Amino acid sequence: MSRGPGNGDHWLARPRTLRILWVLFCIVLALTLLAQAFVVIKSYFGMDGWPGFAAVFGFLACLALVLAARLLGLLLKRRDDHYDG
Amino acid sequence: MADFLPPGLWLAVGALLIGVLRGRARAALVLVLPLVTLWAVWQVPDSVVVSREFLGLLVEPVEGSPVRRLFGIVFALMAFAGGLFAFRQASGRELAAASLYAGSAIGVCFSGDLISLFVWWELMAIGSTLVVWCGDRPATRGAGLRYAVMHLSGGALLMAGIAAHAATTGSIDIVALSASTPANWMILAGLLINIAAPPVSAWLADAYPESSATGAVFLSAYTTKAAVLALILLFPGEPVLVAIGTWMIFYGILYALLENDARRILAYSIVNQVGFMVCAIGIGTELALNGAAAHAFAHIIYKALLFMSAGVVVYRTGLHRCTDLGGLFRTMPLTAACGIVGALSISGFPLTSGFTTKTLISEAAKGEGLMLLYFLLAAASAGVFLHAGIKFPWFVFFQKDSGLRPRDAPWNMAAAMLLFSFLCLFIGVYPQPLYSLLPYPVAYDAYSAGTVLYYLQLLLFSGLAFFLLLPLMRRTETITLDFDWLWRVALNRLGVRALAVLDFAASRAVSLGRAGGSAVTGGLRRHFGADGAFSRSWPIGTSALWLALLLSVYVLIHYL
Repeated sequence: MSRGPGNGDHWLARPRTLRILWVLFCIVLALTLLAQAFVVIKSYFGMDGWPGFAAVFGFLACLALVLAARLLGLLLKRRDDHYDG
Repeated sequence: MADFLPPGLWLAVGALLIGVLRGRARAALVLVLPLVTLWAVWQVPDSVVVSREFLGLLVEPVEGSPVRRLFGIVFALMAFAGGLFAFRQASGRELAAASLYAGSAIGVCFSGDLISLFVWWELMAIGSTLVVWCGDRPATRGAGLRYAVMHLSGGALLMAGIAAHAATTGSIDIVALSASTPANWMILAGLLINIAAPPVSAWLADAYPESSATGAVFLSAYTTKAAVLALILLFPGEPVLVAIGTWMIFYGILYALLENDARRILAYSIVNQVGFMVCAIGIGTELALNGAAAHAFAHIIYKALLFMSAGVVVYRTGLHRCTDLGGLFRTMPLTAACGIVGALSISGFPLTSGFTTKTLISEAAKGEGLMLLYFLLAAASAGVFLHAGIKFPWFVFFQKDSGLRPRDAPWNMAAAMLLFSFLCLFIGVYPQPLYSLLPYPVAYDAYSAGTVLYYLQLLLFSGLAFFLLLPLMRRTETITLDFDWLWRVALNRLGVRALAVLDFAASRAVSLGRAGGSAVTGGLRRHFGADGAFSRSWPIGTSALWLALLLSVYVLIHYL
């Protein structure tokens, strides 16, 4: 194991690669939404069949969870040597 | 009859040999014993195989059934892969402890009665505590002690329940019970302690990350999943389990989101994933129990894979905090890739094992018309992708460049990771062999186009949320308090306070005693001392006067 200076020119870490990855990711996201025009998502409880429901639901669920975690953190976070000594 | 030994004995007894042997002989034993166990597990037919009379009760040390076999198989597989991962790096002590631990978990699988189950249960607690204690972090000793106290108390509760159950019903057979009598409550509570249910979930994230780089791989597999099997056998369809499971699911996500220690993130996500299984057992339909069993099988494999990947990082760098790690994909591509396979599996991404098993549980919730639970499970699936699926690989292998350039995994660790990565993908692509091992027939196709698209939308947009919300998830060098604060700090403070009060009371008593004592001795000295009233020589006249007075009082009393 060696602790050297950052080797920023790994192809995966280059800003250009990251930009391309973001664009590809957004295209894939758009495709999953468009695909619902051709594939029926069977609805069990009404709203879960709406176009893009899972996408919006997943995004909002994550937003809610992250915010809830932040709130919980305000109350319960302590330095990691809290129990030492 | 007696020619059937419990399959768990191979590993449990073999542990003694593993502890004594060195070098190649030990390595051979570590790798061969799990395979022998796997063979032994296959030999157990679907019935009670061995039974004996003991204290007027019918003890059944070996009983087979499809769900028992399923857990036995995955426990033996886990012992093999864990052994392969650890045998060159772990100490002999740890390998022996892990073998005892795995053997006793397999013993639990094939226990036909509550007493046999209890014996293996306690052996499992001992084995796992020893594995924790083989860690080398400063907090290991204390964490192991807290772990042992928690599990031995759970065992005591379980035993009390079993005793009361046997006394009232006269039976110790393992059959579906309901939480309707105090005896059964105690049995359920004993099982729930091992499953890391609230409010004692903290033992898991407290102990596992303090074990060695290899020890955590074993720990992740057995204790909680043996308890899942015990719940499937003893309390299927118990309504309270749905609530407990849901709590565990969201507790795991929220605490993992706040966590900085890479292996503690994974520990919290064990609680989260076991929550899915507990929920399913609470629903209790055939589909739900199939889901719980299948998910346990898949979970053991991908969770061990994740702990292997994190274990290699700990082994190579000695670091475990996300704030110290990052950018490791450059020199550890294999470990990173295997970690990502595990992370996608735990998230239930299509083509991985989590997808073909977790969706069974969602199907069961749908089938019972449990709308709220169904949507909570969907939100949780998104949350799993957030806290384990992306967070773990992102902060360990990507995010910033920490400047660390560790070597990739040693060959045996790499082999174990590749084996489990293969199984994660195999179960994901071709789940039929696993489905055929499930306790009930499966008529479910995970790969309907609609289901796949639904989960792709859900998970990919969760991924988008992760990267957009990254500033809100900056790692800090913190831990998060849990209920265990009550016994680690509050109870401790209360004890210290009580001791101080006692100390104060004792010192007051001593000084009071001293003051009282000196008053008594002073009085004695005054009255009986050299010049005291009772030791002075009295003039004869005074004596005569006192005598006359006493006599007249006597005469008076006599005539009254």
